[in-house]
Amino acid sequence: MNRYERAWLFFAVLMVVAFLGIIAYFNFAAGLKPPQEAEVIDPLTLSTDERFSSPRVVEVVPGEEYEVYMVARMWSYYPREIEVPAGAKVRFYLASPDVQHGFHVVGTNVQANVIPGYVTVIDTSFARAGEYLIVCNEYCGKGHHFMKARLIVTEGER
Amino acid sequence: MSRENRLIIAGFLVSYAALAAGALFGMLQVIERIPGVKLVSSELYYRALTAHGVLLALVFTTFFIMSLATYVVTRELGLRETYSTRLNILSYALVGAGTLMAAVPILAGKANVLYTFYPPMKASPLFYIGATVLVIGTWLFGANLLLTVRKWRRGRNASVKLPLGVFGVVCTLIIWYIATLGVAAEMLLQLIPWSLGLVDRIDPLLARNLFWYFGHPLVYFWLLPAYIVWYTVLPRLLGVRIFSDFLARVVFVLFILFSTPVGYHHQFMDPGIKAAWKYLHTVTTFAVFLPSLITAFTVAATMEMAAKRRGGRGLFGWVAALPWRDPAFSAIALAMILFAFGGAGGAVNAGNNLNYVVHNTAWVPGHLHLTVGSAVALTFMGVSYLLLPVLTRRPLRSRRLALAQVWLWGAGMLLFSGSMHVLGVLGSPRRTYDVTFGGHPATQDWTPLLAAAGAGGVLLFLSVLLFLYVVARTLTAPAELEAQAEPEVQVPAVPPGMVDNLKLFTAIALMLVLVAYTLPTLEILSMGSPGAPPVPMD
Repeated sequence: MNRYERAWLFFAVLMVVAFLGIIAYFNFAAGLKPPQEAEVIDPLTLSTDERFSSPRVVEVVPGEEYEVYMVARMWSYYPREIEVPAGAKVRFYLASPDVQHGFHVVGTNVQANVIPGYVTVIDTSFARAGEYLIVCNEYCGKGHHFMKARLIVTEGER
Repeated sequence: MSRENRLIIAGFLVSYAALAAGALFGMLQVIERIPGVKLVSSELYYRALTAHGVLLALVFTTFFIMSLATYVVTRELGLRETYSTRLNILSYALVGAGTLMAAVPILAGKANVLYTFYPPMKASPLFYIGATVLVIGTWLFGANLLLTVRKWRRGRNASVKLPLGVFGVVCTLIIWYIATLGVAAEMLLQLIPWSLGLVDRIDPLLARNLFWYFGHPLVYFWLLPAYIVWYTVLPRLLGVRIFSDFLARVVFVLFILFSTPVGYHHQFMDPGIKAAWKYLHTVTTFAVFLPSLITAFTVAATMEMAAKRRGGRGLFGWVAALPWRDPAFSAIALAMILFAFGGAGGAVNAGNNLNYVVHNTAWVPGHLHLTVGSAVALTFMGVSYLLLPVLTRRPLRSRRLALAQVWLWGAGMLLFSGSMHVLGVLGSPRRTYDVTFGGHPATQDWTPLLAAAGAGGVLLFLSVLLFLYVVARTLTAPAELEAQAEPEVQVPAVPPGMVDNLKLFTAIALMLVLVAYTLPTLEILSMGSPGAPPVPMD
């Protein structure tokens, strides 16, 4: 093997190992794990499920911990507007009664796929107050482009 | 002209027809997305989007690759025909029949499910059956080529290395056979019975699992033929030998090993798959980055060697000594340059911590138009400029227009893909008819970029029109080249080494697939989701 070829290969392997190390650190030590919870749900009985029949924001510890139950359906989210304080721990529970949907809080790294038959769970928190646009970014039929919601992040109380 | 030659040309012509229609739909979509422009209804937009993906990602690529592989195997082994020309014709016919069966519901608006066909969106059963027939056709095609190679081996060539191009074709076919097991299982066990109403519900997560088991190695099914061109045609075009035949083989073997157990980097945001499995697939995805980094070195070194032989000087000055006026060389070189950016973007997709930002945004089509839309498509256009004259004994016409076509593609792609990448980072979703969202302030920054992407789409379509014009002019001119002296066949008189033991590497690849997929798939099954009933998309 040529000398430069060997040097390049060494550099390439080193780069890949460094990337993998950084990703592992953020995944397993810095709390950036992807969604993984595995709860199943019947998409036809969302309307009788106590969490998803009246989707809403639940204040677990005021100012600090919130649970958001949301239904993503063709072609809107329920509720259409949610409000949480900045800095609080927020856990989203998302479910769909029809087809697959996306969930992206534009301008943040909060993102998930919503798959009928499953409950998607994401843990996050919002550092900056403001009004955010939530869009569906998984094609879900001819009204896909109407599917959006609003997230209001209020100034934290601290 | 031999029957096989005519078949090769027919495959190319079908692929060009798919390219033309697919590019037209692509341009219409990217214009439609410019705020303020309304050409068609959203239903028509998604119908055209489905057709764009199927025509370009499946029909254009598959037909071109079948013809290119037939050409490479027969020429490099010095054969007039494959094992069975009849079997080859049958395989083309099946792929064509499958294409037509799927095209009817797509064009009729009975299959607006996009080329990822995520259930429980339901298309007409004909769509799924057509896609399955297409895949079965490719299996017969691969079998015929593998039999051709085996027959050649049984002759006087029992103990020599396969020529590099043939080695690459065999590796491509191995990847294809492993990968299509996933989509075949999805079609036969899930989609077809469910779309026919034989079962009521489908598990969409299991379907995604099977689809992406297939969907990512599908990328290497497109890409490896381009690599074969870079490794075998480009050096011949430049009059040099490949810098390292050994490393080229290592690259193909690494693709066999790592191209399949990587699908979860498309499913980072899915529920029901543990973070540890997702990380394992991140590791294999980064492993598959290595063969492309090796290729970058080998190809650049080969070009430098050729340029210095042509009198090129300097650390980078030699670049100017390359034959940039040759449209085939320019197309292949530009394909490789654009692929370098595609590779860098791919590293962003491969790890979940950055993927959170760009998943399902305009970034993703921006990325795949650099890879399949440039590295592959532009290489195929460049190799057409070389092969059509050889196959039809007609010299390439309108060479200057051909050269303009290549650089127009580059300019269009820079505008289109560059804008799409930035749009993605700003959160603009992919596959969406209208991204104004009631004029929300977050979408304000998107408008100029959407317009730039639209302009890029127009340039790309013009480039395809130029390409078709050059091909048409070349093919309608009288045949005047001397019957091509068959390129001399250089069977390397070297015994096969460790790297040539493809049975061993296939076995290891299957083991890696089992490690990466068995437990997570069992976990999905054991959750026992009730599944979802169909939602017809028409």
